[in-house]
Formats: sequence, C-alpha cells, structure tokens
Amino acid sequence: MSRLRIHTKSTAQTTVEQLYKELERRITASPPGLCPVDMASAFLTLCHAQSCGKCVPCRVGLGTLSDLLEDVLDGHASMETISLIERTAQVIADTADCAIGFTAAQMVLTGIRGFRDDYEEHILRGRCLGNLQQPVPCVALCPAGVDIPGYIALVAEGRYADAVRLIRKDNPFPTACALVCEHPCEARCRRNMVDNAVNIRGMKLAAVDNAGDVPVPERAESTGKRVAIIGGGPSGLSAAYYLQLMGHQTTVYEMHKHLGGMLYYGIPSYRLPRERLDADINAILSTGVEVELNTTIGNGEGQVSISELREKYDAVYISIGAHTDKKVGLPGEDARGVLSAVELLGSLADGHPIDLSGKEVAVIGGGNVAMDATRSAIRLGAKKVSVVYRRRQADMTALEEEILSAVAEGAEILELHAPKGIETNEAGEVTALIAEPKIISLVGRDGRPAPAKSEEADVRIPCQVVIVAIGQGIETEALEGVVPIKRGVIAAENWSAIEDAPGVFAGGDCVTGPATAIRAIAAGKVAAANIDQYLGFDHIISTDVEIPAPRMHNSPPCGRINVKERSAAERKGDWQCVELPLTDQEIAQESGRCLRCDHFGYGIFKGGRETKW
Amino acid sequence: MVNIKINDIPLQVKEGTTILDAAAQANMPVPSLCYLKGLNEIGACRVCSVEVRGVDRLVTACNNVVAEGMEIFTNSPRVRQARRVNAQLILSQHDCHCPTCTRSGNCNLQKLANELGLFKLDYANHAPKFNWPYDFPLIREAGKCIKCMRCIQICDKVQDLHVWDLSKTGSRTTVGVSYNRMIERAGCSLCGQCITHCPTGALRSRDDTERLLSHDGAFADKEKVTIVQVAPAVRAAWGEALGLERELATPERLVSALKAIGFDYVFDTDFGADLTIMEEGSEFLERLRDPSQGPLPLFTSCCPGWVRFLKSQYPELTPHLSTAKSPHQMQGAMTKTYIAEKLGLDPDKIVNISIMPCVAKKHEAAIPNINDAGHGRDVDIVLTTREIVRMIRGDHLDVANLPETPFDDPFGVATGAGVIFGATGGVMEAALRTCYYLVTGKDPYPDAFYMVRGLEGWKEANIDMAGTTVRVAVVSGLGNARRLIEAMKRGEVQYDFVEVMACPGGCAGGGGQPIHDGQELAKVRGDNLYFLDRTSAIRFSHENPKVQELYKEYLGKPLSHRAHELLHTDHQGWKMP
Repeated sequence: MSRLRIHTKSTAQTTVEQLYKELERRITASPPGLCPVDMASAFLTLCHAQSCGKCVPCRVGLGTLSDLLEDVLDGHASMETISLIERTAQVIADTADCAIGFTAAQMVLTGIRGFRDDYEEHILRGRCLGNLQQPVPCVALCPAGVDIPGYIALVAEGRYADAVRLIRKDNPFPTACALVCEHPCEARCRRNMVDNAVNIRGMKLAAVDNAGDVPVPERAESTGKRVAIIGGGPSGLSAAYYLQLMGHQTTVYEMHKHLGGMLYYGIPSYRLPRERLDADINAILSTGVEVELNTTIGNGEGQVSISELREKYDAVYISIGAHTDKKVGLPGEDARGVLSAVELLGSLADGHPIDLSGKEVAVIGGGNVAMDATRSAIRLGAKKVSVVYRRRQADMTALEEEILSAVAEGAEILELHAPKGIETNEAGEVTALIAEPKIISLVGRDGRPAPAKSEEADVRIPCQVVIVAIGQGIETEALEGVVPIKRGVIAAENWSAIEDAPGVFAGGDCVTGPATAIRAIAAGKVAAANIDQYLGFDHIISTDVEIPAPRMHNSPPCGRINVKERSAAERKGDWQCVELPLTDQEIAQESGRCLRCDHFGYGIFKGGRETKW
Repeated sequence: MVNIKINDIPLQVKEGTTILDAAAQANMPVPSLCYLKGLNEIGACRVCSVEVRGVDRLVTACNNVVAEGMEIFTNSPRVRQARRVNAQLILSQHDCHCPTCTRSGNCNLQKLANELGLFKLDYANHAPKFNWPYDFPLIREAGKCIKCMRCIQICDKVQDLHVWDLSKTGSRTTVGVSYNRMIERAGCSLCGQCITHCPTGALRSRDDTERLLSHDGAFADKEKVTIVQVAPAVRAAWGEALGLERELATPERLVSALKAIGFDYVFDTDFGADLTIMEEGSEFLERLRDPSQGPLPLFTSCCPGWVRFLKSQYPELTPHLSTAKSPHQMQGAMTKTYIAEKLGLDPDKIVNISIMPCVAKKHEAAIPNINDAGHGRDVDIVLTTREIVRMIRGDHLDVANLPETPFDDPFGVATGAGVIFGATGGVMEAALRTCYYLVTGKDPYPDAFYMVRGLEGWKEANIDMAGTTVRVAVVSGLGNARRLIEAMKRGEVQYDFVEVMACPGGCAGGGGQPIHDGQELAKVRGDNLYFLDRTSAIRFSHENPKVQELYKEYLGKPLSHRAHELLHTDHQGWKMP
C-alpha cells in the first residue's frame, strides 16, 4: 500500500460529471410557465441527493420538506402545511452544518415567499397557476414574438426573401436586428438540452444577407386617418410601418437629420453599417410614411407642440427614446475633454467625428454603450483606451462578445475601480481620472455582488479624454403637462395608451428607459395594433409565406456556429462591419440544428404559431 | 405518387400520405390511440411509432408523411417494444376496471391492450383521482383519461367553446376544465361532442337508467305509468351498437324493444316536432309581419346545446330565440295534460321519459321554468341513445327477431317533416314547408327546399313566399354558429330565420348517439332520416291529422293562449351559471 495516490476519475464519476453539465444546460432551457412549486420540489430532490448524510436537518429534513411539497402538489395539504414547511426549512437553514443543507432550505424559503400564491392555489383549490403560455421558447422570449422556427426553416430551404417577409410580419427591422439584436430568444433555446442554443441571430443575418431587395406587402385601403409619430427610432418607425400597412397615413417627426434613433446615433457603423440600417428604413418608408426631419417638439419657435399634433392628427405616438446623458456627478465633470457616449457616438453618426488621435481615453461604464464608445475611441485614433468599471469584468452588463471584441481590439479593462474625480490642468483640460480601487463583496438585493471599499490607495489614470457611458435619460421638458412622467420616464399602459389622454400613445425607451432595439420595435408593434383599434379598425397583419413542414432527420449533438469577425488588427483601423457573412455550408448546418419546437412537442398541439395579429 | 416500402413490400402511394394511411393501404395498419383525422394529429400517445430506415429515432405514423424511397418498418422488434411499453405506460395511469366502464367493449385502449397481449403489466398502477359533480350531465372520470387531447381539440376547433384545456404542469399535467373553472361554470353547452370523440370512458354522460331500473325505480312502482318518446335521430342510430343492419333497425322494431323492456306507452317525438313547426313557424311569420312581436332573425330553439351556447356566449341575443319549446318538451307538457285527460290517466302517476340523441336534453328537462303542465317535471327522465341501447342489452333482447310494432296513439302519428328534425337543415325545411302553406295557402313541392340539406356547416337560401323573400340560414356545429353570429354582428350577413344545431350534422351526429371511434356517422344517419321522410305518407306538419285534432280539441290554434302557456317558454327565466 502506497502512502499517497494520484486520483483518477472512475467512469461513473466522468459520466455523472457529464450529466451535471447536461442538467445545467437543461435548466437553462426551462420554458416559461412551469409550476414553481413543482420545480422547487424537483430541486429539493436534487439537493437531498447531494447530502453527505452526517447531519439530521439535511439528511432527514430535506426529505421531509420534499414530502410536504409533494403533499401540496397532490392536493393533500392544508394551510398549516405551508407554515410547517416554513418552520422546518427555517430550522434546517439555521442548523444544517454545511451549505448543502442550509442553502437547500433557503431555496425553499425563498420560494415560499416568492410564489406563495401558487402554494395556496394548490392547497385551497387543487389547481396550479402555472401553465405553458407560449410553448415555443424562442418566440416567447422575443419581445416582438417573431416566428423564429418559421424563418429558420425558410433559411434552411434557401428561401431567404420569404424569411425576411415572415420576420417583417412582427419586426420591420430584420437587417438591424440581424446585426445588433441582443437575441433574448437564444436564452432558453431547447437546443440547449442537446448541445447549445441555435445561433438565431446568425440565421437572421443569413436571411438578410442573401435575400436581396424584398418589397413590402401591399397596403390596406386608405382609411383617411392620420397619425403623428414623434421620434423616428426603431419604435416610431415600427409603429409607422404597421400603421401604413393598415391604411393609415403617418407622419414621423424626427429631431435629428437622419432617421433611425439610437440604431443610427447610438450604434457605431462597424456594428451596424449605415447602408444596412438604411435598407430597413427605406423599406419602411416605401409604405408611404411622411417624414419631417430636424423637427423638435415643444412650444418654442420652429417647434411643433403636442397639442397642435393632437388637433391635426387622429392619434399621436410618442417614441422619443432616451437620448440625454446621465452625469456621474464627479468633481471636474465639466472639464474640457469630458464627453458623454451619446455625444461621441452622435457626432460620429452625423459625420463630425471627434479626433482622438494619440489621446489616452478613459471610458466610465460597463454596458454595451460603454463598449461601443470604447471601440469607437480606438477607431478614432486613441493611443490607449481604458474601461473603468467599479465591479468585475464578469459583472459587466455588456454582452460578453462585445467585451471580448473590445479587448481584442486593444481596450484595457480596469475592473474594480470606481471613478472618484477628474483631474484637470490650469486650462481646464482633463489630465487624469482618479479612481478608487474596490474589492468585490457581498451579494446585494439585486443578486449581484456589490463592490466595497478597498484598503488600497486611489489610482491616477492619466488621460486626456473621459467618456461617460453610464446610461441615458429622456428629454421630458416638452412633455410636461401633456403626459404623466414617473421616475423619469413616460407612464404609459402596457398597451401603450396614456391615461386620460385619448388618442395619445407612447412606447420604446421613453417609457421603459434605455433598453434594447427589439423591445422598442415590439412597443411600436403593440402601439400600431392599439392605435388601429382606437381609430375604430381591426386590421390584421399577416403574411402568406408558407412555412416548410419539418422533415424527419437526425439531429445529433453538434457545435454551434458563431458568426465570425474580421481579425482585430484589421478591423480596428476602419469603420467597416466587423462581422463576416456566414458561408452556405455554415448556414446549412446551423439552420439544421433548429429543433422545430413549433412542431415537435407542444407546438403541434397548440400555440406553435401566431400567423397574424 | 411516391414509391415506398412497408415491411420490405414495395408500394406506391399518393404524395402527402401519412405513414399511418400508407400502412393501412398496405394492409398492415398501425394501431393508434390519440389520432383523430383532421382534428388531433399531434402524436401524443406515441403508440403509432414506427421505424424509418436512416432516421435514428422512431417516428409517429399519424403525423409524418411518406417520402420517395422511404422504408418503413411497422412491426420490427424495436417498434413492437415501443408499442408495448407506451401502451403499458398509458395503462399504468389508467383505471383498468373495464367491466364497470361505459365503454367496455367499445374502447380502443382496451382493444389495443388485448391485441398486444398485455396481461401482465410491468409498472405499478397510479390512476389519478379527481372530484367531479356527478349530478352534472357531463361526467369526466379522470382515472380513465389518457390525455389524448381530443376533447380539447373538438371543443376548440369544432365547437369553439374552449371548455377543456390542459391543467397543471410537468408530471401532473392533465386535462381539466379550462381556466381552472368548475365545469358547471365553464359555459359548457353540453353538446357531448367531447364524449363521442373520447377514445375511452373518461368522458360520459350521466346515466339515468337507474331511475327506471333500480328496486325503487319507475318500473318497480306498480302505480306509475311510464310513457316514453323517441326522438327522430334515435331511430337512425339505435341499431348500430346492437349489430343490427340498417334495414332491420326500424323505428317500429325499436317500439317493440321498448315495450318489451316495460314502457307502457311509446310515443314518437316526431309528433312533437310537427307541433313545434306549427308553433315556431307561426311565431316566425308573426315576427316577419310585425316586428314588435320580437327581433329577427328568429333563431330556432329546439337544440338545448345551442340555447346554452347562446345564453353563455351572446346573452344579449336571447330574445332572438323562438319561444317555442323543443319537440320533446312540448310533447312532455301535452302528455301530462291532454293525453292524461284523453287516456284517463292521473298525470301525477305519469313518468315521462325521452330517448334523445343528446346530452343537453338532460339539462333542458331540468330547467325549472320549462315545466308548465303542473305535475312536477314535464319530462321526468331523459335517456340518451346509448342508455337505451344499454337497457336493451341489459334485458338481453334479441332485437333482430322482434316484430315491428307501431307507435302508440295519438302521439304515434307523425310526418316526414317531423322525422327530418334529426338532421341539420331539417327543422328549417319542415318549417319552410308549413310557412309556405300558411303564407300562400298552397302546399309547396315537398322537396322544394332541398338547398338547406347537407352536411356543410353553414348553408343559406333565399326563399320566395308570395313575393316576400325570406332569408334563411342553417348552421350546425357551434364554431359555425359563432362565425355566423360574428358575421351578423359585423353586418356582413342578414337573415330572417336561422336554424342552429350544436352538433355537426345536427342530432344525427348528436352527443348522445352511439360511439364509433374515428368515424363520423351524421351523414349516414341523416340520409336514413331523409329516406324516412321521402317514404312518409304525410310530409307536411300542418297535415298531421293528430296535430289538427290536438288543436281542435285542446289548444285552439297556434300561438293561442293555451299554446303559449304549455308550448312556449321564457328563455330569460333561467341563467347560465
């Protein structure tokens, strides 16, 4: 017998570890609408299996909790059972010796507080509030409800133009979304259960890259109704598009000299080339939208007031977005050399790029806009760009691929540094950003680990330019007294209407605060439907595109194809699109990975497809 | 055409054929449970799984179509194994007390288990239990449900009432009343289509035969006089489940069977149908002449499933319903008044029984304000066709060798117009025959209104009556009824007179009729009724001599005060919960 041994994994251990990974992916792919009590019970069973068995609360208690939860689910429980579950879980949380026991009990406690209604419904009425509202996960998670399995099936058959037509039924920005959508649809893709989510955005990119010019559908007969749309961003233009198709005449009032809102002014062209965005905008305009550029809303000279619009038009849709900068509130923030991301990106879009040649730049923020500012600054010639963020890189809200791309292009991520002040010279120019080092600490109420004060001394980050990218607000001045403003955004109903202002609707960033393009587009779609109804109509938006029936084929586990990018060294020197088109081979393989949840499983039974709205 | 091979045998089938149909064409059918053509092609039971060369996993035959060169194996060891395991999994959650099940002997699950020789099950049984109000005419036995989803589909797609839905999630997923409602409050029309499309005994109608057969039932009470009436559509279907040829299953042979069971009098609801035509037809003409008498279009009211539908979905349209009672209710009221008097019977001793192709009639007879004869319920017991077939079986009657006996007088005389009440369009056609006579004074050619016949869900016609064009429509199936009402509301259609039957094809396809899994028999049965009409001596309700006698001796004329009292009802007098 030797004194020490090198551990090697048994086959059983290797297999079970593989199963852990599969389970992890499976949980990721959980569809919305599952019964939370049932899930809690299932989790508890898993937790119990992890018990080492030494201590009573964990070895026995978790099983007892499990039994009680099953009683609830089977309709054998009373209200006293809830109280018993709570007492038992609390004792396990208090007395289990290690995390296996106490965290499991805490999960039960969290659940009993978070979905008590579900517990009570099971107990009092023997019924479950959970139900599968929308069984196709990707469609359910797309704010605009785009028929994703439908267009992937069309892409698989090479019917790219039909794919674009199908997408446009719910989203008139197929190209913009193909390039910049944050693809919430991929989060719970059932393919996660097999290997990995389908590259849904990539499939949309394949569609728009290969579709050519796709004409818009025919308009319904003119209704004679007129709708004013304030703000020509994704939300306003989406509303305009559908309202035009319904036969109403829209006029878009846009304060900038170009349409597109944040898609144009907030997203740099290397991510969304101007001509690609224009392809969407031109298609939308081809429905006959009237446009008034360089027009602001207000009561001043040369401005258009909302009351005037309400008189002239049958309905008004406010979609002004969120274009004002949030200030960090640092000493020296008004120094020369401090600018906001909105200013930097806006000047780029308007064709007056700010020259950063040879400059050292510090970007404050950790979201996608911060990454856009960072990568733009690199392209504007900055010698060094540092992203200064008070938490860890892992805590950044920017998409991981955006962060990695920025790093690949030479950005430096200075994590765990909270900006504290801006140092200036006598001329009032920025000379450095002073930052306070942090350590990552306790998890806050939002579930994210919060930064805490570190014992290290402040750091001086020499720079001549500071770009503030910590979020945007909305310009409320012109709206005051017309629409209610709550917490800095317009208070609109979830069907876009505004209380006590008949005929006035609002949606997009100006209602939600800065959010994603697809959410703004969805808001425009919702507004169009409800404005149509308000005007006394019931127009239906649909498409005659027929979706290929799913074919019997094998779908063994297969890696996900990601959209490739041009090399960092090459792309950081220009403003051309960083992404490369997918090859035919890639398109064929990746589109074939779709599991067609519109058909298989619940889809064929009901809810596989909304063909019209 | 595509070339395929099934179990190595080459075959040519039409493009788009499902594997299930192709296998049947090859005389090697694949068993299935949940599948219902055109309605439920969702592959839920997986019993029809087959092997296709080149496809790793098994595929369902019911909802996959053949392709050129496809090689299908319907009985490979892997397929056999799958079929046996899936059938056993279904049985593991099924209440297998077959002898006491309404569908014993007429159940696809029972048949499949038997065919597969599943005499020893590998899995423990966990049939679910569930509370149900057993006094409701529609009963769901949760333990027998195999979650095939057909009930959900028929109620969604055909009846557009959405009473059923999945409830709960995960392992506890089951079929339940939608939106977590109680069945009594779900707006169920009681059409019974979910029952006739259920593959097992999970859905059934309330059995009321005990009220006749038990030790303290009507037959055991020497003082009681049992008077039974037989609805038109029953005669077209009763023989099916008894193995009688259609030629042998005559109404007169049914009368013999009923007499053999012990009913004292056997009347024909066709008489009530003729009476309904007199009242409803006159009511229509009155409304046509004088709008203050009630709104047009006039909706027929003889289908209680439709009345329940209208009152729950469009209560504001209730005034459009004809106030005329349905034939069996009219006949029930007449039996406890006119007939009692005529035959010298104590109306309180009469037990009135209706044999109906319908589940909703069980509810109709229980509506408090429908009873006008003053002696308890006008119709005491409603039995479905299925229940009377069970009673015949229970008495072990050799029906094929029973003689033919005519219906009893006086409610045994009826016309061809009364017979066709049992088919979609029949009420309208019968009404038009008499209305035409009432308006013009002349009988039309009896088949003049053939355009309202047929199984199409929504039919319409413009009828010229002495210079007035009467716009009529006929719909069957509640989904069609909803479409018609919505179109009416949008102003797209205008009618004067509309016949609605809740069940597709009318009462012939009624929810109380014998069940044949996977077959729709409304057409065959309807044709039978039109045959009986064609061969009737009298084809106009107003020419029924016994109806004429009834008016002369008792009611006066249609819509008289007494007729209103006994033959009409206030549909606002009760509420759908």
